Amino acid sequence: MLLEIENLRVAFQTGDGEVNAVNGVSFGIDRGETLAIVGESGSGKSQTAFAAMGLLAKNGAATGKALYKGQNLLTLKQKQLNKFRSEEIAMIFQDPMTSLNPYIRISEQMAEVLTLHKGVSKKHAIAESVRMLDAVRIPDAANRIRSYPHEFSGGMRQRIMIAMSLLCQPSLLIADEPTTALDVTVQAQIMDLLGDIRRDFGTAIILITHDLGVVAGFCDRTLVMYGGQIMEDGPTEAMFADPSHPYTKGLLQAVPRLDRDDDSLATIAGEPPDMSRLPQGCPFSPRCAWVQNTCPHIRPDLVNWADDRRRACHVPAKEVMA
Amino acid sequence: MFAFIARRLAVAVPTLLILVILSFILMYTAPGGPFNSERPLPPEVLANINAKYGLDQPFWKQIATYVWGVTTQFDFGPSFQFTNRSVNDIIAQGFPVTLTYGAYSFLVAVLVGVSLGVAAAIKQNTWLDYLAVGITVGAQVLPNFVLGPILIIIFTLWLGWLPGGGWNGGQWEYVVLPVIALSTSYMASIARITRSSMLETLNTNFIRTARAKGLSTGRVIWKHALKPTMLPVLSYLGPAFVGMITGSVVVDIIFSTGGIGRFFVNSAFNRDYSVIMGITILVGALTIFFNLLVDVLYAWIDPKIRY
Repeated sequence: MLLEIENLRVAFQTGDGEVNAVNGVSFGIDRGETLAIVGESGSGKSQTAFAAMGLLAKNGAATGKALYKGQNLLTLKQKQLNKFRSEEIAMIFQDPMTSLNPYIRISEQMAEVLTLHKGVSKKHAIAESVRMLDAVRIPDAANRIRSYPHEFSGGMRQRIMIAMSLLCQPSLLIADEPTTALDVTVQAQIMDLLGDIRRDFGTAIILITHDLGVVAGFCDRTLVMYGGQIMEDGPTEAMFADPSHPYTKGLLQAVPRLDRDDDSLATIAGEPPDMSRLPQGCPFSPRCAWVQNTCPHIRPDLVNWADDRRRACHVPAKEVMA
Repeated sequence: MFAFIARRLAVAVPTLLILVILSFILMYTAPGGPFNSERPLPPEVLANINAKYGLDQPFWKQIATYVWGVTTQFDFGPSFQFTNRSVNDIIAQGFPVTLTYGAYSFLVAVLVGVSLGVAAAIKQNTWLDYLAVGITVGAQVLPNFVLGPILIIIFTLWLGWLPGGGWNGGQWEYVVLPVIALSTSYMASIARITRSSMLETLNTNFIRTARAKGLSTGRVIWKHALKPTMLPVLSYLGPAFVGMITGSVVVDIIFSTGGIGRFFVNSAFNRDYSVIMGITILVGALTIFFNLLVDVLYAWIDPKIRY
């Protein structure tokens, strides 16, 4: 395993009391693998990644383990963690418009990654950065690297973010909703680019998204989160073909399809959970069509129920899949 | 950029002219005059004096003569209060004093204020933050007419380290206490603005990116966070600098520095028209200049601002 998350919990101290964003999440990703983490806003998918990278907000704290090549990232001091960031695990974010520093030239922002981690000269670092910008298809990179972020469009900025994240050739790239803020056509370009990167560099990718369409063609495995817990995980194709969890099933039904003549969009009834007042049992139980008496009180374990597939549900898989 | 600066300087001229005219009207309509005293002068003497200073002329002619003198010969006229001294003399004597301790105060206020603000923001909700906030609140609620005497009591009367007043050509012992008295509340404001601005900056996405890149905390702060943090501080610094280098009346009086602030207030009491006008124009011109400087610095910090 490249990265192994074990029983990860993330809690934030707020004025309204403790908010539990992630509640005991365990999963792993292998070298070169692509893993999707899917869920609604507030399901804890981004916070899971932030916790591993040590990027939680100041009022947040993570417990459990995040083992990267056997080293628990959660116990590292900031200074030690900095050796992993960018060099081993890189991250790109949801909003490319605000993720680059607007006051510093692109050349400077990219070069500092290399001068810091690789100890190369600034000249060498800029030459390498230009090469990487070429690789993500920024036109006229040699000149445009001198520009400031506001001189690029959103899609271009996300390309720059991707180029910057790849400078040290990390083993793992965490992409936190990389296409959410972009136009649909640009979304496709960015996903193509990420696909090329996986192929050319062998980078393992964790793709955090709520867009199931993006996941379908891209990720080997998918992990579905709700209320800070894993509902279901398994190979993407098998899961999409046969969702075994009521929530996954609801999500897939809510994807609009052109090949069906639906009158209205399917939705999952109810509202996303209030993370400071989660039910003791299954967080999805208040919205679940299969809900049983035990569901709100006893939390279902995440169990292997078929080849390479896990689910956390009291209702037998057969019933949900029927 | 140069076109912008030229344009702003061109606008400064009518601005100053409006300032001159408004000040002139205010003084003209204010009751009393420079030569009213408790024992009235004989009417013939008063008429003579008024004629000498041109106060018997109609309003438009007085103001025209004044503006003409200022613009063509840089002559701000004679003082009405001090015979044989021109306003130019008074400013030449008082302004260097004020400029000296004002500039030192500015440096102290900026260096201490920014450092304190940045430190408090980085260590938010720790004892250091609480201490810094405590100091700034204390410094801000303590007016300099209270702080000044306290400093004199401690450093002059009790400890005997520093003189409690005078200027002595700007020897350092004489400068220290006025600088502390003048800079303290400015320092507190700068620290508070810096702290809140830095906290806001540290919450932005691009700082998260910088941290995700594995940059050291020091580099994140100095290289990535300081520039955006300084933008709101900078817009405060322009007027604050003018406020400091034109001095504080209170500091001038408490420490008997001989700075320009005291002349300003005395001239207003005595209806010393030309001195009031001279200092008003000086402050106005400095304000315009430093606002322009702030705007230029803005463009230097923020690449999105282009004139």
